[in-house]
Amino acid sequence: MRYFLITLLLITAAVVSVAGVRGALSRKPPLEVFPDMKRQPKLRPQKPSAFFADQRDSRLPVAGTVPVDALLSDSPAATGFVPGTTNYAAISPYPMTAEWLERGHQRFTIYCSPCHSAAGDGNGIITKYGLLKAGNFHDPRILKMPDGQLFNTITLGKNQMPSYAAQIPIPDRWAIIAYVRALERTRLGDLNDVPVENRAALR
Amino acid sequence: MANLYPRWFNRLPLMAGAGLLLSGALVTAGAWYYLTPKYSRVGYQPVQPVPYSHKTHVDQLGLDCRYCHSAVDKSWYANIPSPSVCMNCHSQVLASDARLAPIRDSFKSGEPVPWVQIHRTPDFVYFNHAVHVNRGVSCVSCHGQINEMVEVRHEKPLTMAFCLDCHRNPAPNLRPPEEVYNLRWTNDPAKQLAMGKKFAHDWKIMSSQNCYTCHR
Ligand code: HEC
Ligand code: HEC
Ligand code: HEC
Ligand code: HEC
Ligand code: HEC
Ligand code: HEC
Repeated sequence: MRYFLITLLLITAAVVSVAGVRGALSRKPPLEVFPDMKRQPKLRPQKPSAFFADQRDSRLPVAGTVPVDALLSDSPAATGFVPGTTNYAAISPYPMTAEWLERGHQRFTIYCSPCHSAAGDGNGIITKYGLLKAGNFHDPRILKMPDGQLFNTITLGKNQMPSYAAQIPIPDRWAIIAYVRALERTRLGDLNDVPVENRAALR
Repeated sequence: MANLYPRWFNRLPLMAGAGLLLSGALVTAGAWYYLTPKYSRVGYQPVQPVPYSHKTHVDQLGLDCRYCHSAVDKSWYANIPSPSVCMNCHSQVLASDARLAPIRDSFKSGEPVPWVQIHRTPDFVYFNHAVHVNRGVSCVSCHGQINEMVEVRHEKPLTMAFCLDCHRNPAPNLRPPEEVYNLRWTNDPAKQLAMGKKFAHDWKIMSSQNCYTCHR
């Protein structure tokens, strides 16, 4: 009996020392015992596939294809230009509402504030790590830009400013512009913007 | 004549029974402990081609998950960012750092970066990111504290029982929509339950347990 107990103890100790505890770091992928249904020959995004010559199952669109939900390709909303000209559209084609501005605020915080900062003055956190100063939205030059030109900057980038066309869909770009315009207003306000009955409190 | 069977032989059936019981119990305990994704998946942390750190980018720089995983609130699939996203910053920050060489190469050649996939549900499971994150379920609930990971680790088992535990009672995991991407957000458990119940009621949350929800 004693030998039996000792053997049992040794086996247990061996298993625990080889297999370790739950949650321990492992560099090898989890073992799958019967993978036949778990891994079917179907395509999943961003995975390798032996079917295509370049081994990618997320296919790039064929040159010249237009997504079904694309906007008309020459409308101001899609290009930022007045149709048929090279003049920038002066104002956004989307109506301004409170939800629209809220959407713009959210998207601005995600995509622009790391470089341009939440205040839009171009001193975002990345500028502390070696990025040139990003554009200051309160700069008179940018204040005077038509909305369409801002759209063009987001879509195509400009100098050191990268293109955000891949990350931000078109309507969101216009929502961001609406928010940038609101942000600019915050530093242009004067006493006339304050309701008369509240003015005394500011003096 | 000496005894053919020594005295202890009387206890043999008892000893054999106890031994069998003990080994049976140990084997069961071992199977319960080891033969589960809680053991086989949790802790999986492959070596990635680039030592990309969520701790640096999310905790230190304050980037939002959607800056890189930009499809997470629009589609079922949370995309891994393309090298052009990294180059937005790394064309200037650490522009000639050796650790980022694979990113620069793929940016130039257009070849994908060979990131190793960590979380991987079986192909017969239908999962959807957008339905969860747009309904107040945070990344923490299913991925753990990504913002503190230098290398991403498989933190939760992601078994069917794991999914169903929450689908049966989502209230403890529902949070205000603006805090979904803030992995540091916590709430006092008593308040959380009341708040989760309120959200589940107001948003008419019906996290289904029907097989067809996840297997179609
Ligand atoms: C990776 C950092 C980075 C991010 C993120 C970023 N920008 Fe910029 N941006 C820059 C830099 C750098 C410049 C300065 C460009 C220059 O003139 O060289 C700039 C300049 C600009 C300008 C001025 C362009 C001009 O004509 O001078 C505008 C407008 C602008 N950014 C808008 C945006 C908007 C809107 C977003 C969010 C969608 C955004 N940026 C996100 C880095 C960034
Ligand atoms: C700067 C870009 C960036 C940001 C911001 C970012 N991630 Fe990631 N994430 C990546 C990259 C690149 C990978 C693939 C490499 C890896 O697994 O480390 C990844 C991988 C992951 C994975 C594992 C994917 C798999 O293979 O299963 C999860 C989960 C994840 N990220 C969650 C998050 C969460 C949650 C946030 C927000 C708190 C976030 N990420 C923010 C770039 C980013
Ligand atoms: C918003 C800008 C930004 C983006 C986008 C970004 N990074 Fe970084 N990254 C930084 C900064 C800033 C540092 C810190 C530099 C320092 O500490 O000097 C950094 C550091 C790093 C480091 C060095 C290791 C470390 O953690 O300090 C690696 C590797 C890296 N990034 C990889 C990536 C990859 C891969 C991507 C794309 C998925 C990416 N980065 C996207 C800004 C960015
Ligand atoms: C309800 C649980 C759940 C939540 C909440 C969740 N994820 Fe996931 N995530 C998963 C599962 C399951 C997978 C594996 C999917 C697969 O097999 O492709 C996954 C995979 C991923 C991947 C790898 C790419 C992919 O889709 O396979 C990334 C990146 C990711 N998640 C990021 C996030 C981010 C960022 C958030 C928060 C905004 C988030 N996840 C919230 C369960 C979740
Ligand atoms: C932390 C809580 C939580 C976890 C974990 C979770 N879910 Fe969900 N799930 C929800 C909530 C909440 C909803 C939204 C229900 C609604 O909108 O009414 C949902 C909805 C869904 C839906 C859409 C249902 C429909 O009506 O179309 C699917 C599919 C789904 N979950 C699959 C999964 C799978 C697969 C897993 C495991 C990998 C999982 N979920 C884990 C909370 C969770
Ligand atoms: C909330 C989502 C969800 C629902 C609802 C659900 N399942 Fe699953 N099921 C899963 C996931 C996720 C897995 C994969 C588990 C794993 O890989 O560990 C799975 C795996 C399975 C498996 C394979 C188990 C194995 O070991 O390979 C079977 C069989 C199954 N489910 C049957 C069902 C049946 C029957 C129902 C209805 C009563 C159901 N499921 C409802 C999410 C779900």
